[in-house]
Amino acid sequence: MEITVTVNGKTSTHNVPPRMLLVHYLREVLGLTGTHVGCDTSQCGACVVLKDGISVKSCTVLAVQCDGANIVTVEGLAVNGNLHPVQEGFWEEHGLQCGFCTPGVMMAAYQILQDNPNPSEEEIRAGLEGSLCRCTGYHNIVRAVKYAAEKMKAAPAGQTPTAVAAGSGEAVP
Amino acid sequence: MTTTEAPTRLFGAAIKRREDPKLITGQGNYIEDINLPGMLHAAILRSPFAHARIKRIDTEKAKSHPGVVAVYTGKDMESLNPLPCAWQAGGVKNNVNTPRALAIDEVHFTGDGVAVVIAEDRYAAEDALALIEVDYEPLPVVVDAEEATRPGAPQLHENAPNNICMRWTCGKEQETDQALQQAEVVVRQRMINQRLIPTPMETRGYVARYDAGTDEYTIWMSSQAPHVHRLLLAAFVLGVPEHKVRCIAPNVGGGFGAKIFVYPEMAVVAFASRQLDRPVKWVETRRENYVATTHGRDHITDVELGATRDGKITSLRVTTYANLGAYLSTIAPGIPTTLYGRMITGVYKIPNAFVEVLGVYTNTAMVDAYRGAGRPEATYVIERIVDILADELGMDPAEIRRKNFIPPSDFPYDNGVGMLPYDSGNYEPALNRALELVNYEQFKRDQAEARQRGKLLGLGLCSYIEVCGVAPSKWIGLPGEGWGAGLWESANVRVHLTGKVVVTTGSLPHGQGHETTFAQIVADELGVPYDDIIVQHGDTLGTPFGYGTYGSRSAAVGGTAIFKSVQKIKEKARKLAAHLLEAAEEDIVYENGKCYVRGSPDKAKTIQELALEASVGYNLPPGMEPYLDDTTYYDPPNCTFPFGTHVAIVEVDPETGMVDLLRYVAVDDVGNVINPKIVDGQIHGGIVQGVGQALFEGAVYDENGQLVTGTLMDYALPKASELPSFELDRTVTPSPTNPMGVKGAGEAGTIAASPAVVNAVVDALSHMGVRHLDMPLKPERVWRAIHT
Repeated sequence: MEITVTVNGKTSTHNVPPRMLLVHYLREVLGLTGTHVGCDTSQCGACVVLKDGISVKSCTVLAVQCDGANIVTVEGLAVNGNLHPVQEGFWEEHGLQCGFCTPGVMMAAYQILQDNPNPSEEEIRAGLEGSLCRCTGYHNIVRAVKYAAEKMKAAPAGQTPTAVAAGSGEAVP
Repeated sequence: MTTTEAPTRLFGAAIKRREDPKLITGQGNYIEDINLPGMLHAAILRSPFAHARIKRIDTEKAKSHPGVVAVYTGKDMESLNPLPCAWQAGGVKNNVNTPRALAIDEVHFTGDGVAVVIAEDRYAAEDALALIEVDYEPLPVVVDAEEATRPGAPQLHENAPNNICMRWTCGKEQETDQALQQAEVVVRQRMINQRLIPTPMETRGYVARYDAGTDEYTIWMSSQAPHVHRLLLAAFVLGVPEHKVRCIAPNVGGGFGAKIFVYPEMAVVAFASRQLDRPVKWVETRRENYVATTHGRDHITDVELGATRDGKITSLRVTTYANLGAYLSTIAPGIPTTLYGRMITGVYKIPNAFVEVLGVYTNTAMVDAYRGAGRPEATYVIERIVDILADELGMDPAEIRRKNFIPPSDFPYDNGVGMLPYDSGNYEPALNRALELVNYEQFKRDQAEARQRGKLLGLGLCSYIEVCGVAPSKWIGLPGEGWGAGLWESANVRVHLTGKVVVTTGSLPHGQGHETTFAQIVADELGVPYDDIIVQHGDTLGTPFGYGTYGSRSAAVGGTAIFKSVQKIKEKARKLAAHLLEAAEEDIVYENGKCYVRGSPDKAKTIQELALEASVGYNLPPGMEPYLDDTTYYDPPNCTFPFGTHVAIVEVDPETGMVDLLRYVAVDDVGNVINPKIVDGQIHGGIVQGVGQALFEGAVYDENGQLVTGTLMDYALPKASELPSFELDRTVTPSPTNPMGVKGAGEAGTIAASPAVVNAVVDALSHMGVRHLDMPLKPERVWRAIHT
């Protein structure tokens, strides 16, 4: 089936098998290997991406369901080489070790902060419900999200960092 | 650009990791990201039976499926040798049973591979699996290690009567039994240390490319030990010279022990790639990871502890059934022997101790090292039974620990069960600091007050010791104790003529941040800017042979190898500087990356200038070889022995049996710390794996050998919402074993957390007469303890 999808601001059209998962479309058709697969049952959250501004597990979405959609992956989080505050937070606070779950966890963190710019520790932990990390014990992930929240609050009005779909110039809400 | 500015001291600095920029931008390169031109994809058919004879396999339909290039069965791979068991501890020699690339006549557990489909893409390969017809004749199954040893139990292997792979002992049996008979108090308990599934977030995977022109294999692998894998695969499985195999570990998405071992699929992809003359990739699904990758723990243990009425421990006897699974994994026999039995006395001075271990085959996945590997099992036994003794005597658990700690004056300390001498330790300050942080006395008042209100609060202690940096080779390699191989580590350090310093290491980081910490070591010792130091690893072509990363060994062993190479490079630099400055070598001072004649620091030669001189090589002292380049193979004189005390505070809901972990305090002593940020991260992650064992995780097989907890839906990994933030502190007792005084931090949290949390839950229920509960402490188990 032919689908037209915008991923990280770049729109392209491909013919894909109906059963192809979004994560395989991203990884194998587009070569965006930053999104990972960690389980077969939608538990781990390593594959989280944004679909029209909402975090989804890309292992549980068919590529054909994304016809016309705007997708942002971990590769689209930094804008013009500037790390997104969520990425900065993970680096500063040692929120990753092996790094395998990290792309998905960061996209989940992005969603948490979109929903609630000032989350408490409890709210961050609840927001990470769909993400598993085996290395960090979540301690520094929580700190990374807090760091990002502070950083985003400190941004000048109207310049709240967003994952910009670079090609279209549109910010993903 | 290379600069010559001397850095500030980095050893001990909590700098952020240089590994991270690529990992947080999606530029990591993990095994599944490896794509080669013409690459094929493998999918493996696994036995649905835990024990069966294979009567017939028909692959014709699968072979004709669109996209399928080949289908192989075990018979097709008969030329490949069975996998080696490298650590033949416990006298297993005559009853070693290891897996083949694919099973031939009989399967022994539900993960056993019986056929492989190679196809143009993974979807086609998976589809074709369903078209393979296998006739199985089911055989009787046994999954419990104790049952497997009983007369009449189903037999797995002819060479292991009663499924007993080994009987191994350590310590003094007669003296221990006598001391137990004479003890004023004896407490006894059976404890189950349940089977766990390591679950790195990245499963295993391998990509093999055979080059017919050179007759060489290149194998990309998610691995903790690529050199070991190359050696074992080449020499023992493929039967080709070692130099014909090159192994490369790209970014590795966690391991926790499970990626130390040689696995059948490594041989499968190598074989298929050679047959088909195309690269072949296999990446494990999570389901496969759960049934076919190694598991950890799975002990049934009976423990007896004797003591005086005033709480002085006199004797400890431990008998353990260690479930090793259907076959022996690469180092499986070493885990419940050297790393368990010889650590059983923990931090206590116990004059008489004896451990007996039966290693047992069952129709389950292989059991091998999982984070902590033997030491969590040992720590659980001793830390639980010490609490039970405290309960029996009505003593404070902290007090009974203090009373039995090995005093600082006793180091180096021989524990009497055959471990090498504990290098250094001072246990009471760590315990005291942990109690201070939790406000122990206040907690006791809070607990009493809460009980009045029907609320159940509990506090659990764990004072642990672990053995890290396991060495020296002359001990661990000795036949009987060890694996007939060394456990040294290697490093090469080169100062290029540009001034860049390239370090190659036999260690293999998979989340530990070696590129950062190893550069910190070199920056300080060599006096060059941190950014000029490049740390490379993971490719057997280009790194010296090394044993890899596990057992919290990389700083103490791998880091010391680097440290030693740097010292030798400095010595050569001083000789060269003496020549260039026309001074005597003994008058040359090496300081902050510069060599100068003592008293004349203004006329210095920088290490960068010296590297250039050494490289161009036309003005060297007589007899000196060009280049600043040194390789070290470092074999430590002893292991290191980190320790500490962890404290868990829990609240148990009497209505539901739910355990809420309210606080967790960890005071660890891992010797000198290179990077506190990274060490703290290791402790955090370790704690959660220990908490996971205590409260959530457990691999369950049914009586037919089906893994009931076969997905992440059924196997409960800890989640963020189930955990508090942790409160960490340290004491520092440098290791005298190595020049940096480091010990190791990778497993401490896991070792300490399970007993601390279980002790806390038992404490919460102790006034109801509960003295012991087996892990995992799921609500139902806790609720039953409250309500029966």
